[in-house]
Amino acid sequence: MIAEAGLALLWLAAALSLLQLVLGWAALRPGGEAMLRIVRPVAVAQGILVGLAFLTLIWLFLRTDLSVKLVAANSHSLKPWLYKFAGAWGNHEGSMLLWVTVLAVAGGAVALFERRLRQDTLIATLAAQAAIGLGFYAFLLFASNPFQRLTDIPDEGNGLNPLLQDPGLAFHPPTLYFGYVGISIAFSFAVGALVTRDVGPAFARAMRPWVLVAWIFLTLGITAGSYWAYYELGWGGWWFWDPVENASLMPWLAATALLHSVTVLATRAGLRAWTIMLAVVAFSMSMVGTFIVRSGLLTSVHAFAVDPLRGYFILGLLTLYIGGALVLFALRVRHVREGSPFEPVSREGALVANNLLLSVVLGLVFVGTLYPKLAEALGWSVSVGASYFNLVTAPLVILLVVVMALGPMLRWRSDRLKSVTGRAAAPVLLSALTLAALILWAPGIGPLPLLGLTVAPGVALASLMPLLGRNLRRTPLFTYGMVIAHLGIAVSLAGMAADSAFTQERLIALRPGQSTQVGGGFTVRFKAVQPVVGPNWTAVEAELEISRNGGAPFTLRPDARRFFQPPMDTSESSIQTLWDGQFYAALGQSDELGRWQFRLWWKPFVTLIWLGGVMIAFGGLLSLVGRLRRERRGRKIAKGKAKAVPDAVVESHA
Amino acid sequence: MKRKNQRLILLLLAIGAVLGAVLLGMWGMRSQASFFYAPGDIAREGRPLPDRPVRVGGMVRGAIARMADGVTVEFVIGDNTPNTIRARYTGITPELFRTGSGVIADGHFVANPARGGVEFVASNILAKHDENYMPPELTQRGMHKTDAVR
Repeated sequence: MIAEAGLALLWLAAALSLLQLVLGWAALRPGGEAMLRIVRPVAVAQGILVGLAFLTLIWLFLRTDLSVKLVAANSHSLKPWLYKFAGAWGNHEGSMLLWVTVLAVAGGAVALFERRLRQDTLIATLAAQAAIGLGFYAFLLFASNPFQRLTDIPDEGNGLNPLLQDPGLAFHPPTLYFGYVGISIAFSFAVGALVTRDVGPAFARAMRPWVLVAWIFLTLGITAGSYWAYYELGWGGWWFWDPVENASLMPWLAATALLHSVTVLATRAGLRAWTIMLAVVAFSMSMVGTFIVRSGLLTSVHAFAVDPLRGYFILGLLTLYIGGALVLFALRVRHVREGSPFEPVSREGALVANNLLLSVVLGLVFVGTLYPKLAEALGWSVSVGASYFNLVTAPLVILLVVVMALGPMLRWRSDRLKSVTGRAAAPVLLSALTLAALILWAPGIGPLPLLGLTVAPGVALASLMPLLGRNLRRTPLFTYGMVIAHLGIAVSLAGMAADSAFTQERLIALRPGQSTQVGGGFTVRFKAVQPVVGPNWTAVEAELEISRNGGAPFTLRPDARRFFQPPMDTSESSIQTLWDGQFYAALGQSDELGRWQFRLWWKPFVTLIWLGGVMIAFGGLLSLVGRLRRERRGRKIAKGKAKAVPDAVVESHA
Repeated sequence: MKRKNQRLILLLLAIGAVLGAVLLGMWGMRSQASFFYAPGDIAREGRPLPDRPVRVGGMVRGAIARMADGVTVEFVIGDNTPNTIRARYTGITPELFRTGSGVIADGHFVANPARGGVEFVASNILAKHDENYMPPELTQRGMHKTDAVR
């Protein structure tokens, strides 16, 4: 019964999204004003219904209802409850349901909370969101039904891919999806504004918080995913340039560009058409990513199902939506008024540079990700790996962070380079000193890590400069947000560069009782191996005692795990975080001489990578709160004035 | 700056950036994209230049020899042609890497007179978690699980 209820909820939600689209369209026709009031509640109801359908699926997984095909194929009664719960989205159908849930809930949230947008633009936005939803409901209901029943009920389920049996599964996919699919709001806003020809600063101010929310989640989701891959996959790397990772990075790059261009539009009424374009591109990248991940085109932890039909379905949907939005853009772009002019050397100029660089990086990642697939279609086998991505993106990223450091020092509209030289002097000096120190004390670092290590401290200092000479208590919260986010970029960059410059790796086979040295002053003693039993796995666990320069030792216990349902071997790394980095140990196989393979790393300051990611997201959060607070205060003042003075005066203020 | 010019300049900048990106991307591809070679391909098309990143794949033929250091393995990759590639890898190999299994490895060719002229030094062996998995590059070349036994 419960599965049928879930399916019914999903059909109802699909019907409501059709209603939302039709009503929205009717409301925008002349004489359709009567429909205006119904569209909002319909959107909210749609969000609630899909949310309930999603809870239903979680309930089925928690109860391990094996009569449901999806549960039988992906769950197991012996699995710990957390993985039963999170396992609901650890498969193709469940993750698509989560996708659609986020889409509908985001639409519902806009209907519920958005009060600044012009009424007709809001209706058009909700209609656009419903149109996207409709396609993906069809995909769920016709090609990926999560509630399908089995006639032969098995005695036990097939279990969840052991690589996914990690607490990270409970956090990473939902966070990522909130960002990834949440950016659909920007897409719908853009479509809505094109339909009603409402591209202006007021529109940008309304759109900005939504973009920020999605961007914060996306940043957190990518950061969490990176850390998860780092400790789970046991390769010691934190970013593999896997197509699946790129699928989340591309929307992030576009959303970051959008976040900055929407600020130009909100404050200076510039970059109108460009902002709309970016909003379309950002969600298009999410859909392309969904296509890459969900089409079964590639084999990875994320590709659950290999069904080419599903791939074509998503390809059809994304062609329809991206194509539709681009056609609308082409038809309406001449109605988008030209923005206010500005000089090349100005805050706008720096933001344009930021946008161009981000777009170029996005393009390079896009080409590198899709080129092998394209080549495959032409009959060649080509793989594009980390060496390509690092080579082409790293120099641009360095340039990007330099622009990021200088931009906030410039004034809007027009400035002179001379005016920044004073403030830029200290950061440049700091970078120069760092470079000198590195060449003197740490020779032999590769050019890119050296560049990163040189630039990072200067950029960190420069990102604090906007606070210089200001009354810190009266500085608005969103300025702090920007400072912390930019500082986070510098921190993250420092972590990446330090990791690739200073990592010490030791690959060795040891017998119990033997010791080895790892660069950085570490002595590792392999004490023993012992068998360990978990709820649905058995393992051999090695005990390593590690001390640094003869100091107090700590213990690491990496293990090699064998899961029984599904049968699979995984290697669980063990990590000790010290103040200046992480010590990472992974266990390999044993040989006939009684030796065990170990992979040991000392990774100085690697933690900065994720600390930076969290700082970036936190900066976004401060910025969001700051903007919303200022707006509320602005409204209160406007209200107060409205009581005291005639309306005409208020108009001129607005 | 005049209004008319501004849009034009922005447009030119954008076009310039896109062109630059395309050039940079093509250059990156030319030097970094790695082509796939099965042993038979090398016999047909010749060996790729040393130090050029390539990806090789096929079946693990014969025993996997473990070197004295305990972490280096030497093995032979074959396919459904008589040709083979000698390969070496230092690191922890995936569980499903064994005699007869399909293997895909990234790395490059280096001269090694001790092992018959040239060998492939793998920097990474792609982990596959499914025993029945056959890399698409191999199935395209008409290889099947049974080829491993020959």
